[in-house]
Amino acid sequence: MAHAPKSNFSNPVVNWIDQRLPIITMMNKEYGSFPTPRNFNSLWNFGAIAMVVLATMIVSGVVLAMHYTNNTALAFDSVERIMRDVNWGWMIRYIHANGASMFFIAVYIHIFRGVYYGSYKAPRELIWIFGVIILLLMMGTAFMGYVLPWGQMSFWGATVITNLFSAIPVVGEHIVTLLWGGFSVDNPTLNRFFALHFLLPFVLIAVVFLHVAALHITGSNNPLGVEPKGPQDTLPFHPYYTTKDLFGVVLFLIFFAAFVFFAPNYLGHPDNYIPADPLVTPAHIVPEWYFLPFYAILRSITFSITLPFTDVVLIPAKLGGVIGMFGSIAILFVLPWLDTSPVRSSRFRPIFKWWVLLWLVPAFLVLGYVGGKPAEQPYVLLGQIATVMYFVFFLALPIIGRIEKPLPLPASIAKPVLGGGSVATGATAQVMEKA
Amino acid sequence: MADTMQAGDGQTRRDFIYLAAAAMGGVGAASALWPFIHSLNPAADTLALASIEVDLAPIAAGQAIKAMWRGKPVFIRNRTPEEIESARKVPMSELIDPQTDQDRVKAGKENWLVLVGVCTHLGCIPLGTSSGEPRGDYGGWFCPCHGSHYDTAGRIRKGPAPLNLHVPEYAFISDTRVKIG
Repeated sequence: MAHAPKSNFSNPVVNWIDQRLPIITMMNKEYGSFPTPRNFNSLWNFGAIAMVVLATMIVSGVVLAMHYTNNTALAFDSVERIMRDVNWGWMIRYIHANGASMFFIAVYIHIFRGVYYGSYKAPRELIWIFGVIILLLMMGTAFMGYVLPWGQMSFWGATVITNLFSAIPVVGEHIVTLLWGGFSVDNPTLNRFFALHFLLPFVLIAVVFLHVAALHITGSNNPLGVEPKGPQDTLPFHPYYTTKDLFGVVLFLIFFAAFVFFAPNYLGHPDNYIPADPLVTPAHIVPEWYFLPFYAILRSITFSITLPFTDVVLIPAKLGGVIGMFGSIAILFVLPWLDTSPVRSSRFRPIFKWWVLLWLVPAFLVLGYVGGKPAEQPYVLLGQIATVMYFVFFLALPIIGRIEKPLPLPASIAKPVLGGGSVATGATAQVMEKA
Repeated sequence: MADTMQAGDGQTRRDFIYLAAAAMGGVGAASALWPFIHSLNPAADTLALASIEVDLAPIAAGQAIKAMWRGKPVFIRNRTPEEIESARKVPMSELIDPQTDQDRVKAGKENWLVLVGVCTHLGCIPLGTSSGEPRGDYGGWFCPCHGSHYDTAGRIRKGPAPLNLHVPEYAFISDTRVKIG
């Protein structure tokens, strides 16, 4: 027993297990006594909320999979059977369908919090990168899940999105055929989407595990953005943040339940209650609301980029739109290096604060609005302006980092919380600390 | 130790064996992966989809129909002389994907326009085949998804689509019958 850790649990069974696999010691360390900054606000609830929604999606999804039939001739009817005949099927499906929206609401707020309080900065860059991978996996999973009911929006959404890959030069058409397993979105496509929709959430769990594991190495950021300096700055995770997270989760579940029970189709599209028809495109194809900002960027590139003073097309409009859409997510990966300011929290960044609130947030909301509108003026122009604003937000960060004069940082987290002056002396030194 | 002392420049037989083994393993892994990727490509029964024959007799001048071919719609339009005229007088320099009207129809059957009815942007079905649907700014088809306008030869004129509507392989079996595929 040379390598066995010493476990001192009074319960002999617990002790026996912990000596062989110190999982209880680990849970105690990571979720019991884990030192957590004492000044979290409610925005710090959304990580836990997203986790609860993910668990809800997996439980409801596994049950739905037991009733669903992944064949183009049967899929639509099997979903209607879940709605009408399967015991509680209507509720489980509405939980799952609205749960996707709830997941994105929680994650978008979680991402906003990360941006506003500079949580992506050193030493938490890897946590942020895992987070962007989680967002990509969520998007893939949500997209494929929306195809499964095989309604009109399922079919045409799948057609439009898989056709994005045909914009890739030379091999594009082959990739699309490979994705479809045929010459159009059809039964082979539905089958593989179902398999992947079942698989990807478990990949998602693995990446969430890495996201949280990396978080437990550096510890959490906090609204002040200064690192805890000692025990006076932190609280044990349990019971303080287990309670606070639980309270946030309960409020969010009330919001979630309001949709499930009182407006279950508000976030969906009525056309998806029409069975898929490959010969009729709906008059107005829109993705689910959480994809609208990215869809708007895709549609904003209506022009080809040519070699200056010639007609030689370098990037056709279609490829340009695809690059813009994927680029809008890809740019998030380099955000920790674009933002050169050593100060994390927007509270102490007079320019960045408004750059987020009055530039990035409106651009994102306008993109979401435009994405739901038909491809005509004035929406096209509005979308183009918002697309430029979105990218300029990121590209201007090195300049803002240089010209901005941050406000003095507090000496510690405890200082403004426990009194003794809201702003400490020696603040200039704190700014340089790059805590 | 013996093998590490054989070559003066630091290269050893063991290094070579490592490289050769890794390369062999890499080739093997890639070869083993291919069947799994290729299994996602169209299966034999999907590829074996037969060609279709369409009767053109019921389509009056100015009208069009949709036929289903390989899971996609095919537009067959009986063009009026004015529509042919308007397609032919467009200068090539105005076209996004330059192609003459003559190249897109069969000689002697200039009124029949046969197209794969899939927008070359992102695969929607453009409107304009059934009467009453919008035909866009150029009298051909209009894709409602992202606003691509096609003319009376099915050529892209305005909007994000990069290419003209594809002309499938087809042949006239008789004056009123066409075989697609």
